[in-house]
Amino acid sequence: MQYIHKINTKLIMGLSLAVLLVACKSTPIAPAKVEDKSPAPPVATAKPADSGANTGAVKEVVADSNANNAGNNPLKDPNNILSKRNIYFDYDSDAIKAEYRSLVEAHAKYLLAHADARMVVQGNTDERGTREYNLALGQRRSVAVKKALNLLGVQDKQIETISYGEEKAAQNCADDACYSQNRRADIVYEGD
Amino acid sequence: MKIIRWMFFCAVFLVTSAANAALEIEISGGSAQQIPIAVLPFGGAANAKENINEIIAADLSRSGLFRVLETRGMANLPISPTQIKYAEWTALQAQAITVGEVESVAGGRFKVSFHLMDALKQTQLAGMDYQIAPTQMRSTAHKIADIIYQKLTGQAGIFASRIAYITKTGKRYALQVADADGYNPQTVVSSNEPIISPAWSPDGTKLAYVSFEKKKPIIFVQSLTSGSREVLANYKGNNSAPAWSPDGSKLAIVLTYGANSQVYTIDANGSGLKQITKSNAIDTEPAFSPDGAWIYFSSDRGGKPQIYKVLADGGSPSRVTFEGVYNVSPRFSPDGKALAYIRNDGGKFRVALQDLASGQVQLLSEGSQDESPSFAPNGRVLLYATKVNGRGALAAVSSDGKVRQRLNDATGDVREPAWGPLVN
Repeated sequence: MQYIHKINTKLIMGLSLAVLLVACKSTPIAPAKVEDKSPAPPVATAKPADSGANTGAVKEVVADSNANNAGNNPLKDPNNILSKRNIYFDYDSDAIKAEYRSLVEAHAKYLLAHADARMVVQGNTDERGTREYNLALGQRRSVAVKKALNLLGVQDKQIETISYGEEKAAQNCADDACYSQNRRADIVYEGD
Repeated sequence: MKIIRWMFFCAVFLVTSAANAALEIEISGGSAQQIPIAVLPFGGAANAKENINEIIAADLSRSGLFRVLETRGMANLPISPTQIKYAEWTALQAQAITVGEVESVAGGRFKVSFHLMDALKQTQLAGMDYQIAPTQMRSTAHKIADIIYQKLTGQAGIFASRIAYITKTGKRYALQVADADGYNPQTVVSSNEPIISPAWSPDGTKLAYVSFEKKKPIIFVQSLTSGSREVLANYKGNNSAPAWSPDGSKLAIVLTYGANSQVYTIDANGSGLKQITKSNAIDTEPAFSPDGAWIYFSSDRGGKPQIYKVLADGGSPSRVTFEGVYNVSPRFSPDGKALAYIRNDGGKFRVALQDLASGQVQLLSEGSQDESPSFAPNGRVLLYATKVNGRGALAAVSSDGKVRQRLNDATGDVREPAWGPLVN
């Protein structure tokens, strides 16, 4: 910082006090336009994006948390491998590790046996880097899962690959044990 | 109503008192030669809710280009040019003085008049009258600050412009629009699922953004005046990274229709989808050059993410950035002469500014997780997202790196800033 200068204490304190007082009021909405020949209407708020939008929408499932509504649905039976939905990756990698082979095979088998079933694979990254670039990186992981399923005979029409990028990432990780939780693809079925 | 607010910051100077303990006032930097100016209280403003001179003074101070003089304790506080005793103000080194009045007029409205005077030549530099509704006091003050800024620096003011950003409070995401000083925040859309990548239409009437409300990224375009919104792109896979063409007729977007993220263009009405990049790599974060001829984008086609450019109607891309192992999020300065982007500088993600003619790069920000650079419409300031104590905050830095500010949300995270265009 080459250019550091002092500001007038009293003035700033006065300003900040005024700012606080203003901040406490509930100021009505009325944007821009100085001369109100044609007053600008206030910014209109769209309906909350998720109100009433959930019918039939894909719902996130966290593995091991569905014991209560397992019923006869193998996808939700905690004793069935199909209830396992998370595939973790190494750093900077979209290679599916050997330990997930049986999980991927089980889901492939299920999709082949249920032609109507639809799956979304959601890729995830940690928070390092920019949101849009991480969205693209996360996509690589969901595509890697899809390709593994394709190799086992599953058709593209049953799988959609998307990415949440860093949006679901645990924040402010201090170590790799935390970061590694975010290097993940999640499997979600339509109707979950 | 939640208000995010600019703070001057740095360790040098910290003001605290019982009355304003919640508000940290710190200052960092400032132009080498600040213009000393006296912004006098407006006369007759007792029934006006806002102190118009204080709003003007705050705008000018925040720019780093002005030194606003203390007026309290002065024996004479003129409200019109003829009352000014110039010697009293030149004794304080004032180069300019503003005086004005707010009068009540018919219909519950106000008449605001102001004069900007040259303290040395004792001549008027600008004078304006406004007839306004009481709710327009703040915007009028910003307009006046813009006129003062323009007259004394020769460049367009930005105080009457608006900014968009995303807040996350608890589990709730909101796209908000506020005045450039953080006041008057209004929610454009809110959701329990993430919202990212807001982008202003060039005329300032619409925002494009990416919403995960349907459990996948979909691009919407929403009118700020009517609140109506349309799906711009909802193709299989991801729909993200919207960027308007300078004439507002189309947007560059990113789809994963095949598998990898690729850049497409689409007409603003959602028709005319055209693939622009065709690679086996990641191509994302498109940005049009101000002349509309080029689309710059991030790509790892060379191994590590770097910035490339391609003609706006497609063709063979060429590489733009060569230094460093991670350069993403290209954003043009309004005059097209400089490119801001995010560089990974030894594990710290920072805002870099590259002069396109010389190729020289300057790191402008000082955080470790800085992203989303966005130029003010006059090109003098960049707004960006940073982290303060693990929480998302907005920060701004002058394009010469000398003046820094922060904009905090008292209760949640704030991120993904986008500075709107100059309008009206």
